[in-house]
Amino acid sequence: MDILNNIILGFGVAFSPANLAYCFVGVTLGTLVGVLPGVGPLVTIAMLLPITFNLPAVSALIMLAGIYYGAQYGGSTTSILVNLPGETASAVTCIDGYQMARQGRAGPALAIAAISSLFAGCVGVLLIALLGPVLGELALKFGAAEYTALMLMALAASAVMTQGDAVKGLAMVVLGLLLGIVGTDVNSGMSRYTFGVPELSDGIGFTVIAVGLFAVAEIVVNLERTEASAAYTHKITGLMPTGKDLRDSSWPIVRGTAVGAFFGVLPGTGPALSSFATYLLEKKLARDPSRFGKGAIEGVAAPEAANNAAAQTNFIPMLTLGIPATATMALMLGALTMQGIEPGPQVMTSKPELFWGLIASMWIGNLMLVVLNLPLVGLWVRLLRVPYRWLFPSIIMFCCIGNYSVSNNPADVYLCAVIGVLGYVLAKLDCEPAPLILGYVLGPLMEEYLRRALLISRGDPTVFFTRPISLAFMIATLLVLLLMIAPAVRGKKADNA
Amino acid sequence: MRLELRSNKDFLAGLLFLILGGFAVAVASNYPMGSTMRMGPGYFPTALGVILCLFGAYLVVRGIRTGGKMERGWAWRPLAFITLSIVLFGFLLDRAGMVPALVAMFFVAAAAGREFRFKEVLLLTVVMSAFAAAVFLYGLKLPYPLFPGVWWIS
Repeated sequence: MDILNNIILGFGVAFSPANLAYCFVGVTLGTLVGVLPGVGPLVTIAMLLPITFNLPAVSALIMLAGIYYGAQYGGSTTSILVNLPGETASAVTCIDGYQMARQGRAGPALAIAAISSLFAGCVGVLLIALLGPVLGELALKFGAAEYTALMLMALAASAVMTQGDAVKGLAMVVLGLLLGIVGTDVNSGMSRYTFGVPELSDGIGFTVIAVGLFAVAEIVVNLERTEASAAYTHKITGLMPTGKDLRDSSWPIVRGTAVGAFFGVLPGTGPALSSFATYLLEKKLARDPSRFGKGAIEGVAAPEAANNAAAQTNFIPMLTLGIPATATMALMLGALTMQGIEPGPQVMTSKPELFWGLIASMWIGNLMLVVLNLPLVGLWVRLLRVPYRWLFPSIIMFCCIGNYSVSNNPADVYLCAVIGVLGYVLAKLDCEPAPLILGYVLGPLMEEYLRRALLISRGDPTVFFTRPISLAFMIATLLVLLLMIAPAVRGKKADNA
Repeated sequence: MRLELRSNKDFLAGLLFLILGGFAVAVASNYPMGSTMRMGPGYFPTALGVILCLFGAYLVVRGIRTGGKMERGWAWRPLAFITLSIVLFGFLLDRAGMVPALVAMFFVAAAAGREFRFKEVLLLTVVMSAFAAAVFLYGLKLPYPLFPGVWWIS
């Protein structure tokens, strides 16, 4: 069994004391930022990204991944206890989870949320292990035309599925592609958009863009709002769900996992969208839909399963194809590239310890999270009292030191401040940063593949439509763009963090 | 500019994209274009710049017709303080050391918030500077001085 050997290899990597520690740090931080409102996994990953430059690649990825799926757990805790989603993906859990807490059933709600997250997490990890090699195999047959079309599809989907306006999303993709071009052109050796600044000849650093857009700009946006304070007054009495709770939530958990796993693989959609979709599905399937909104346990189980499943399967396109589906995955991809690893299907064969080690660590991390979240729930709730005015200067500190440390150059820190200003202006104009970062990450690759595809076809652009796989991606791109015009679909969009 | 256009999100976004796209095209005109078959370094950026201008133009027109207004005004004050705090840190780190850089960063950044409590900020600065020194200088061994001329030799 090839897979069995790989899994054994993976657990060997993940169980090394250092990697266990990084996994633990990741999931603890993830829970923490999932609990704290105003600080999400995206900000946290962005601010820690430069620091991971100093770690081995596997450990960096294990920790960053832990932050991402850990936040899905932490977010549900505050949704249930204080009706404040620490994270967009847990917003739906507020509806029924908070009602359960008000009826004195906070314990079972938290337990079901953890159980469904654990189940979905395990299924998600299994799916990565099974689907990853298959997709990777397929992707090895991709030529330049296929990759160009695939990137086009991923970029269009990220723009259209994003929270705000689709046209602005597309413009942000293009702006991201342009920012990705800055630096020395690999084909001609020519410096583009560097304006004689030597620091720009290697391009705008990935961490500079990520930190500026997702941490600095986000802080300024948060500072204009009034601080929401939350106090938890209900007592948690007994965590154990009843047998009926378990029976009622077993199928919703399975369905939520399926929906989440599906949306997680698709480009542009992530945990948030899948938790909304599965909540609506459960409401439709329920014998008595009026119970929803009044503390129905299915309304906690299904979305929590969905967001965690999606958080895991999100990794599939990133790890196997090198194409990130969401902004968070773009950051992970950036972390890989910073480590000098060229993302793509060859990662699985050339660096099996990275792929399988990460998968094994996710499984371990999910177990850690249950232990962290259930018995320690009181501690996390107390953290809600930490005011934002203590948090944001500390985030800035991590951003500054991190960015400085990548190349020990103050220019990166100055540039980060500039990108922060640009990010704030764009955020105020309702332009979501997620499509921009995807464009930025894929920009240089896309230009390279486009050049290669057209060189091979002798300048004939029909090459994208005559090869079957490429044609399929082009049709999918068109369908995605058509979605933009259909207003019914666009009504129910969520943040694709 | 008409007054209502100044707070019109679509109009302003479109204008910004138009300017950036136009700038991209103008700069790329100095780079060799090449042909579709053998693209020069100017080909891809020019194409992107033109596309960005098209989206920008569409948004400008849409903004004039049915633009949404910004909910809140610009938060220039927090933006200025946060930006200044980052720049100060970059400027001071190798000139004055990590602790002075962090003191400047924390106090200026904290001024961006709604309330500024001196003792609280001082405490936060002390705790976080100690943490940063322990993790980054001692733990990760980053090569920065602690104070001017003072290094943490571990």
